[in-house]
Parts: sequence; structure tokens; C-alpha cells
Amino acid sequence: MIRRHVAGGRSWVFADLKELMAKATPLRSGDLLAGIAAGSAEESVAARMCLAEVPLKAFLTEVLIPYETDEVTRLIIDSHDERAFSSIAHLTVGDFRDFLLSDAATPERLVAIARGVTPEMAAAVSKLMRNQDLILVARKCRVVTRFRNTIGLAGTMAVRLQPNHPTDDPLGIAASTVDGLLYGCGDAVIGLNPATDSVPGLTRLVHLLDEVIQRFEIPTQSCILTHVTTSIEMVERGAPVDLVFQSIAGTEKANASFGIDLAVLGEAQDAARSLGRGTVGDNVMYFETGQGSALSADAHFGVDQQTLEARAYAVARKFEPLLVNTVVGFIGPEYLYDGKQIIRAGLEDHFCGKLLGLPIGCDICYTNHAEADQDDMDTLLTLLGTAGVTFIIGVPGADDVMLNYQSTSFHDQLYVREALGLKRAPEFEAWLQRMEITDVAGRLKPQTARSSLLSLTRGMAA
Amino acid sequence: MSAGPVRPAEDDGRPVTSPAGEDRPACVLSGDARPVSGMQADPWHDLAAATPARIALGRSGGSLPTRQVLDFGLAHARARDAVHTPLDVAAVTKAIETLGLETLLIDSAAPDRPTYLRRPDQGRRLSAAGRAALTARAGAEIEPAPDIVFVVADGLSAAAIHANAAAMLAAFLPEARRRGWRVGPVVIARQARVALGDEVGEILGARLVVMLIGERPGLSSPDSLGLYLTFAPKRGRSDAERNCISNVRSGGLGFAEAAATLSFLAQGALRLGLTGVKLKDAGGDALPAPDASPVL
Repeated sequence: MIRRHVAGGRSWVFADLKELMAKATPLRSGDLLAGIAAGSAEESVAARMCLAEVPLKAFLTEVLIPYETDEVTRLIIDSHDERAFSSIAHLTVGDFRDFLLSDAATPERLVAIARGVTPEMAAAVSKLMRNQDLILVARKCRVVTRFRNTIGLAGTMAVRLQPNHPTDDPLGIAASTVDGLLYGCGDAVIGLNPATDSVPGLTRLVHLLDEVIQRFEIPTQSCILTHVTTSIEMVERGAPVDLVFQSIAGTEKANASFGIDLAVLGEAQDAARSLGRGTVGDNVMYFETGQGSALSADAHFGVDQQTLEARAYAVARKFEPLLVNTVVGFIGPEYLYDGKQIIRAGLEDHFCGKLLGLPIGCDICYTNHAEADQDDMDTLLTLLGTAGVTFIIGVPGADDVMLNYQSTSFHDQLYVREALGLKRAPEFEAWLQRMEITDVAGRLKPQTARSSLLSLTRGMAA
Repeated sequence: MSAGPVRPAEDDGRPVTSPAGEDRPACVLSGDARPVSGMQADPWHDLAAATPARIALGRSGGSLPTRQVLDFGLAHARARDAVHTPLDVAAVTKAIETLGLETLLIDSAAPDRPTYLRRPDQGRRLSAAGRAALTARAGAEIEPAPDIVFVVADGLSAAAIHANAAAMLAAFLPEARRRGWRVGPVVIARQARVALGDEVGEILGARLVVMLIGERPGLSSPDSLGLYLTFAPKRGRSDAERNCISNVRSGGLGFAEAAATLSFLAQGALRLGLTGVKLKDAGGDALPAPDASPVL
């Protein structure tokens, strides 16, 4: 439906909710590329004023992408929890922001409404929020998941240890893994982006990480980030798969470009659970997302990239993941141009994910053709640490030599722990102390060449 | 600190563990007159030989040692410069013409670097002047249509072209001559994305277009060249219809090896009349995957 708003002595007209959402979005290159951004700064604020008056209920009837042709829309509408929604059903988007910031929105209350909030509602309210609002509300959201340890407890932040190697060399992967463990990383997952896509090659990598975890009895999980169908095949062949990975997006067409649909994700979840490898829980999925993926697949339908990103979280939520990772600056400057846009997007994604009840972490990252550098990453890291981010990425020296981008380093997580007093997953923290890697305060202890972890690579080199 | 290559294996900037370093306190209390030291080395320095990843960097408290911060800064600066340095057209033209090849200079529809980075769609289209120049050249063509047209494109790293393009062509030309392939004029393209080669090849009537393009620069590989093959190039081809040879550079895939793979792919493309996923399927695992690299 057409919406009008008078602001600054001018009447603004927005053809539909989709256009209103796009124009209300803080400026970013991807929406400009798609030709859907506001035409002026004033129009953008007028759109926000207009959006603030839209009732939350409108998002249940005015869908942005047709129900009939998009299974993500069907998932969102069909799984909407009316009871959870009932206490906020009378609110407008602007009222919703006021509620979220109020003392009435306790952590318990936010958990209770999560299933009543749709991705579009979360995206809409985020567009009215400043960075500090996104931080403060996300901080109140509690999401705890489990496989071999407990992720998401208050005052904790986990790290995915990402030991990538350009040719999957086992010794090289083991070397980065040991380096990361000795820096106290790896409680979220030891997760490798493989160079190969062959099943035998991938299966060897699954075994490699499993052996590291078994040998040192590390209370964590492994994941080889390959296509979901390949992981299912490996499970069927008896490989020791802990978590199943998949990139997901916010429209059926974009997911099709990834070669997936909801059904195959369900099969993957069943397959991984059938192995019963979790010791304290059965959250077996690891998803990655990122603003701009639908546009790059020509599957955005005129919807802004931040709203589409939130829709991907509806897909994730259905499969009770252990971890969801928004890879915020990876896709390039045509979607998020500079440090300012990357920082804003990281905070939005984290807020929307948490509000929807997801264990969301962030790959705080950039490419060399974006207008960004390590200082921008430090800023976003500090903000997300403050916002209670579930996990971040740990890459040796922040330099991923396989994927050619910069993320956060083993050192960076030590920085944010020290600055903000963040602990690791408790089971992993206890293991680090047993291994004499950290002291009781969680700080690194000096190591010697006799560290038992170093025996891993010595054995391989022999 | 020298300003040489960022991470050569023989001088990787990593601290050497001193026998005393492990047990020495990280710092001394004020009032103590002994010289202070904050850097702690990691006693697994030997592992660094197993991977190009930045491991065993040591730490100052929990933070990166000064040397590592500066080395990282240098690597990032080099990658940034690779993205933003304009293509040295005069030098590239001269190097290619020295090989006995004709060159043609064109621009994409993206007028400058900031636009190029924001608008990949413009980098995939020719400028009006570029289209006119190619059309004029195609009109003057009297010999049969070329089998292969090379496009040498800045992409995201002009440094990759400066370092590798002429040498790559030089490595491949003897093979092209041996097989009797007609090589058309080499088109030098500025502010170009991979798909620009489709329109170039279409206008010049090429059977196969081979794009030599600067890849997205990594911190440790700012000058990596990518080769993209597209049979029967025309506007609207998808990335699934291409084959890619990636990471051609010193320290990556060598010119001789890349030339051999290029010849293998070109033979298959010209024989089967296609490139992309189906060419890979036909060639099995011997062939590289179609466009597995990040979107250019």
C-alpha cells in the first residue's frame, strides 16, 4: 500500500513497504547499486519517520516478497508465533524501538517475544536505531547453544579458530590450529575453509580436526566449511562430522543460487544429529550469511540488503544452529563501501540476529579494495564485544592466506577480552587451565617448547 | 626495517626465541633501573615453515609486537596501492608490442576508480569510445576472424598486469604459433571486470576470448593475475560459461605451468566449442574449476 509522510514542509510518497524499508536504510553502496536507496539524505529521514508509524502487524500482511513464490516468506509467515507476538502486537515500529530500550524489555521478556518477531520487523526497527541502540538491546538478548561446550553465556565470547591453508596441507593446518589453541582460541569451533571440493580430500580434513580434538580432549567441535550436500555425503560414509556448514540467504532464489533449499538443510540437520556426537547438546548447524548475497545472485526483488540479511536469519532459526556468522565485510565495497558502512552493518546484523534468538557472531572483516583497515576492525570489534557478540573469528595475524581477506586475529580476541573482561565458554576455559595455557584469570601463561600441544605437529613432521 | 617483499621465507620478521626469553618477566616495575622488555616470543617458531599463515608472531602483553604491526601495515599498503595505482598503459603497451603483437586501448563505462569499485556493472560494459574503437578495428579486419583475442585488464590490481601480463603472453605465444592459432589484437582495458571481455570478443569476432586480469589482491599476494577463458564471447555470458586459471604470479602458479594449462583449456574449448562447467566436466579433474575465485 502507498504511504505518505509530510516532513520539512514536503510530502513524501512511498509506493509500498518494500520501497519504504529500502529508503529508510542508512546509506550503503549495495542499495545504491541496486537502485533502491533514498534519493537524498532528507528522503531517507522522511522514510524513517514514515516507517516509525507503521504498525508491526503490517509486516504480517504486507509481505515484501510474495508468499506464493518464495519459501522463505512462507517459512516466516507460517512459523510466526501469535502468542509470543501478542504483547507487542499493538506497537508501531517506532514504539517497538522505545519498548526495546526500556527497562520493561528484560532479557527474559526478549526471549519470550523472539518467536513473535519476524525478520522484517527486526530489520525495520533497526533502521530507526542508532549504533548505541543496536548495542544496548543486543546486549540484553540471551541465546545459549550447546554441542561439546556451552556458548553464549552472559559475560562470555567465543572464537572460531580458522586455520585455513591455501592447499589444505595437513601440517600447515595443524600448525595454525596449535598456534590458535595456544592463544586460547577455538571454543566456538575449529572451522576450516577447504581449498578442495573432493569428498576424499574433505574427509581427510574432517579426520584431521577430529584427531586434534580427540587427542587433546578439547571441549569443542570441528567443521569443514563445504557444501551441505557434500557434508551429508560424508556423514553417510561415516566421517566424524561435528557441525554441518552452509551459506544461506534471505530469498528462495538466492538460496537456489547456493544450491540449497529448506528441505536439504533439514536433511543435513538430521544427518548430523544421527551421529550423536554432541556431548552437552545437539545444535549441529553452522550458518554463514552476509549483506549483499541476494543482490549478487540477482535474487533481491528490490528489497534492501539489510532486510534480506535478516530474512536469512529466519532460515537459520528453523534449524537450531550452534553458530551463525555474518561475514560482514567479505563481499566487497560494491555492497559495503567503507569502514563506516561495514561497522553499521555488523551492528545491525548482530542486533537482528540476537532479537530473533540466534547465536550470532561476526566475521569482522574487510577486503583490500574496501575503504577500511585494521583500525575500523578494532572499532567494530570493541563495539560488538560491548554488544555481547556470541563469537568472533580468529585467523593467524588477521591475514587469511586462503581466502585473501583480513579478519580478526588470535591477538585481537585477547585484546577484547582484556578490555571488556570477556570469558570463554566455561568448559573450554577449564581445559585451557588444565593444559597450562591460561591462568585462572584466563590470561595467557608463558609457553615453552615442551608444551604438549606442540607434540601434535612434531608427530606429523616425523 | 627494509621495505622489500613483505613475507619472504628467509626474512619473515618473526622474532627468534632467545633461551632466556621464555622465563624473563614481561616487564619490570617502575623504580627498577634494569632495561625493560615487553615482547614475548612464541617457542614454536619452527612451525612457521609449515604454512604461509602468520603464526608464532609473539606478543606484547596479548597484543601484536611492533614489528608485526608494521609488517602487516606494509603488506596492506602494498595491496591498497595495487588496487589504486593506475595501469601504466605506455609500459604495458610497449612490453606487449615488443612481442610482435598489435595493441588497442579501450576503457570500460566506469569513468574512474571510485565508480569502478562501487559499480561493477559499469566495469562490465564498454565506454562509447571503446566500443567505437573496437568496431572500427573489426571493420578493418580483412583476414579471417581470430581464434583467440587476449584482453589485458587492470581489474582490481594493475600491479598484477605490470608484473605478469607480458611475461604470461610471452610464455604462451610459442604454443599458439605451434598450433596455428590466429591471435587477434591485444586489447588493453582500463577499469575492467571479467565480463568486459565478452563484448570485446563479440565485436572482434573472436572464437575464444582470454582475459588476463588483476585479481582481488590479498595481503600476501597483491599482484596475482587471473586468466579467464570464454568461448564464443558475447554480452550476457554467465560466469558458469568460463574457465579460470588463478593465482599466476611469482610465488604462485608459474608462467610455463599457466601457459600449459591455458593451451590445454584452449584446445578443449576450440574443439568442443564451449567453455565453463561442461569443459571442466569433459576434462575431468585435470582442468581447473570454472571461476572459483571471488567475483571480480
